[in-house]
Amino acid sequence: MSTKQLATFYAADRFLGIEVTRVQEVIRYQEITRAPLAPGEIRGLINLRGIIVVALDLRRRLGLEDDTEGAPPMNVVVRTDDGLVSFLVDRIGDVLEVDEERFEEPPETLRGTARELIRGAYKLDGALLLELDTDRALEVAA
Amino acid sequence: MTQKRAPTPEPANAELDEMVGEFLLESHEGLDRMDHDLLALERDPGSPEAIARIFRAMHTIKGTCGFLGFSKTEAVAHAAESLLGGLRDGEFAITPQIVTALLSTGDAIRHLLQEIEATGTEGSTDHRRLIETLVGLGVRRRQARPGARPRGRSAARSTAAARRSGPGRTRTPAAGRSPTDGPSESDEPLDVTADDAVGTHADTPSLVESAIRVDVGLLDGLMTLVGELVLARNQILQRTTIQQDPLLSTTAQRLDVITTELQEGIMKTRMQAIGTLWVKYPRVVRDLAIECGKQARIHTDGEDTELDRSLLEAIRDPLTHLVRNSVDHGIERPAARKKAGKPEEGVVAIRAYHEGGQVVVEVTDDGGGIDPADVKSRAVESGLVSAETAGQMGDREALNLIFLPGLSTAREVTRLSGRGVGMDVVKTNVERVGGNIDVQSRPGEGTTFKIKIPLTLAIIPALLVTAAGDRYAIPQVSLLELVRIAPEFVDQAIESIQGAPVYRLRGQLLPLVSLAGELGDLDTVLRGRRAIESGLGLPDRPAPGEDSALEPSDPTGPSRSEHGDEGDGAVNIVVLQADDRRFGLIVDGISDSAEIVVKPLGRDLKTIGVFAGATIMGDGRVGLILDVMGLAQRAHVVDQITDHGAIDHSAADESTGEDTAALLLFSDSTGGRMALALDLVDRLEEFPRSAVERSGPETVIQYRDEILPLVNVTDLLPEYRRKPRKKRHDGRPLPDLAGEQETIQVVVHEGEAGRVGVVVERIIDIVESAMDLQPASRPGVTGTLVIHDRVTEVLDLPELLAARDRTSGRRQKAGVA
Repeated sequence: MSTKQLATFYAADRFLGIEVTRVQEVIRYQEITRAPLAPGEIRGLINLRGIIVVALDLRRRLGLEDDTEGAPPMNVVVRTDDGLVSFLVDRIGDVLEVDEERFEEPPETLRGTARELIRGAYKLDGALLLELDTDRALEVAA
Repeated sequence: MTQKRAPTPEPANAELDEMVGEFLLESHEGLDRMDHDLLALERDPGSPEAIARIFRAMHTIKGTCGFLGFSKTEAVAHAAESLLGGLRDGEFAITPQIVTALLSTGDAIRHLLQEIEATGTEGSTDHRRLIETLVGLGVRRRQARPGARPRGRSAARSTAAARRSGPGRTRTPAAGRSPTDGPSESDEPLDVTADDAVGTHADTPSLVESAIRVDVGLLDGLMTLVGELVLARNQILQRTTIQQDPLLSTTAQRLDVITTELQEGIMKTRMQAIGTLWVKYPRVVRDLAIECGKQARIHTDGEDTELDRSLLEAIRDPLTHLVRNSVDHGIERPAARKKAGKPEEGVVAIRAYHEGGQVVVEVTDDGGGIDPADVKSRAVESGLVSAETAGQMGDREALNLIFLPGLSTAREVTRLSGRGVGMDVVKTNVERVGGNIDVQSRPGEGTTFKIKIPLTLAIIPALLVTAAGDRYAIPQVSLLELVRIAPEFVDQAIESIQGAPVYRLRGQLLPLVSLAGELGDLDTVLRGRRAIESGLGLPDRPAPGEDSALEPSDPTGPSRSEHGDEGDGAVNIVVLQADDRRFGLIVDGISDSAEIVVKPLGRDLKTIGVFAGATIMGDGRVGLILDVMGLAQRAHVVDQITDHGAIDHSAADESTGEDTAALLLFSDSTGGRMALALDLVDRLEEFPRSAVERSGPETVIQYRDEILPLVNVTDLLPEYRRKPRKKRHDGRPLPDLAGEQETIQVVVHEGEAGRVGVVVERIIDIVESAMDLQPASRPGVTGTLVIHDRVTEVLDLPELLAARDRTSGRRQKAGVA
């Protein structure tokens, strides 16, 4: 029985996870410098201890509504070939050990951008954990 | 190193010292590698690569010693090389004796090198015994294998002493200091190095000890860390201005000083003398000159000038290209030079020096120079510029045409250059690292290319500005000056040509670009639109044709102007240089200038093209660094001008002196070219044809809350008045404006009798032209000029209008209709 560890977080009502090995760290909200003319999903740039990191709004990336009343977003900083990128998410969850046998491809009813970005779902007790395809999520059309 | 002629002058002592220094460093490295290879060879004798490497190392040492005149070292290296040649060619196999002898050779050469470094001579130690050993080993092996190919020639070239002593026995009287039996058939180590001199000069650290080779990656890492430190320092310094803690301020100041020194120190470690690029040039020039049938030598000056190694790399190819070009195109053939009264041998001079925080590198030849007229005609032939544009260019502008892609001034295409690629690449490469290149030439006397590059790229001085609530950094290199227009002058100061805002900076029209607008902030664009309206004194109520008057020619482009929103209504203009163009960037505020650390941007943001990088501001937030060139392109400042063909008005100014005037160039409905002094032009407007109304005999338009009488320029001129056009009575307004266009172009003139709108067919350009007027051909014309290669009448508008007023009493239908 193979398992893997996912770092989990929330964007709107979605319970999402990415492979924990891709995550460098999770940090609280940082001031974002707007990057004009950049694609809408790119909210701007943050200063991560002297390293400049692109902040990618996961809600926007998934085609979800902007959060208007919630707390400032958290940063899930992931490693990429092109440096660090931070996913802006609503809330951070735990790191969960998930069982591959409980994995299922995304249902046909899942449409649009979200379908391309979600590898599938882990059927947890009482919740569905959607695994994000990190690399695809990072591919923001310039 | 064979020098058939003597293209290089006798090297000065300093140059020689430098060469020796390099030789010492190189040789030590080579010897260390050799030791390593020899030991490996002993374990694994079958490695031809290792033998080849050792052979090359010895060969290099031998060659350089020969060149520098170190004959003893040369002899030792030569003997070792011969032995190694035999090994390489497989004449005999490697034995422990050979390895030992070669290792001893290395030690002996090291010793000689030490002596050279300390005293400049090779000292008195005798190495003949070693040489004999080396020769003997080779000869003996060959004899031992009668079937082997005779390789006697290389061995025979060895010293006579070696031949005398014969194989096996290498004792020489001079080597009395090492009284061992010398090499024999036994495996006992050779003791042939004379160690008496070792330690004699130990008090002075040798070059090898005082210089170490450091991985570039490590230096880059240190540079990054220093960058971080600079940022932290900036943050702390900012903090101290808020908190009144004397201890903190003192410490912060100390930190400031240390950081600056550290930054300079680390930057120095990355600095390399530009001369390292030039080592090859004497040879390049010589070979190329022979190939072209010319005589040329190189003269260098300022090879100690240092700059960051990454920049050094960046200018390596451009510089080589310029040097080759100078020989290939610049310097004439000897016969032609003689005829011109010059020495047959041409000189290519490279000079480097520091100037104002930049490094300047000049490549000068004393050749035939570049004829601006020639460049112009070639540019026109290649279709790169129109004949009209070329005609208007000054010499300096024309020379700069050689940087256009696809232009070559070489009369014949040679193997090496003249294929029309090159100078544009040179320019691109230089500009990529924030530098610029300029060319000056006098026909018959020579050409100088001048490259200016920054010292370093990692930490740059920048101006911090704000736009639409965000802060941006503008590299100081692109910055020319700052202009602040007080609120009460904004109306007059910011004018508009076809909806594109301009500012007259000391008589020159400066196109204005709004930073916030270019960065596409919708809200700002709207505010900017309002600002334009107020700035241009337009009424709040939409005037007829306002939209078309305000819309820039590029329909997708946002409004071009955004005036300051600091509440006081002042406008801040940052005058920038992009390529050869100047433009004014309107920003909301100018906060400070600071040293910033350039950090790269990810791919997503780099592709936008207007950001050169990012940096961390004093408060820890990220700030984007503007790419001035990219911004200019986005705002069409650069394209725009290229279309108009004029490369640099300021350059034209320099060449024509002070007797110039700005002229508005336009055509009338017959296609005739006319010009009007820009001083007489209040505004340029574009109205929709439908907005034109009739009021009695007059043709008018509602404009800025008043009625603006319109008059067609053709109707003003006496000739046309005498032969009035056939009048149409179909009720269409302005039937004689010969326009299928939806809009009419109006030059608003404010004269003694109030405002008048002069309708013209097309506004062509605003040019800066020398006012050498030819006499007027008809009344109402100040004179004629040649502009853009075409005869152009300069109108005396006040006189024309006065003439119209004088006749309008009698001719009720004066004016447009």
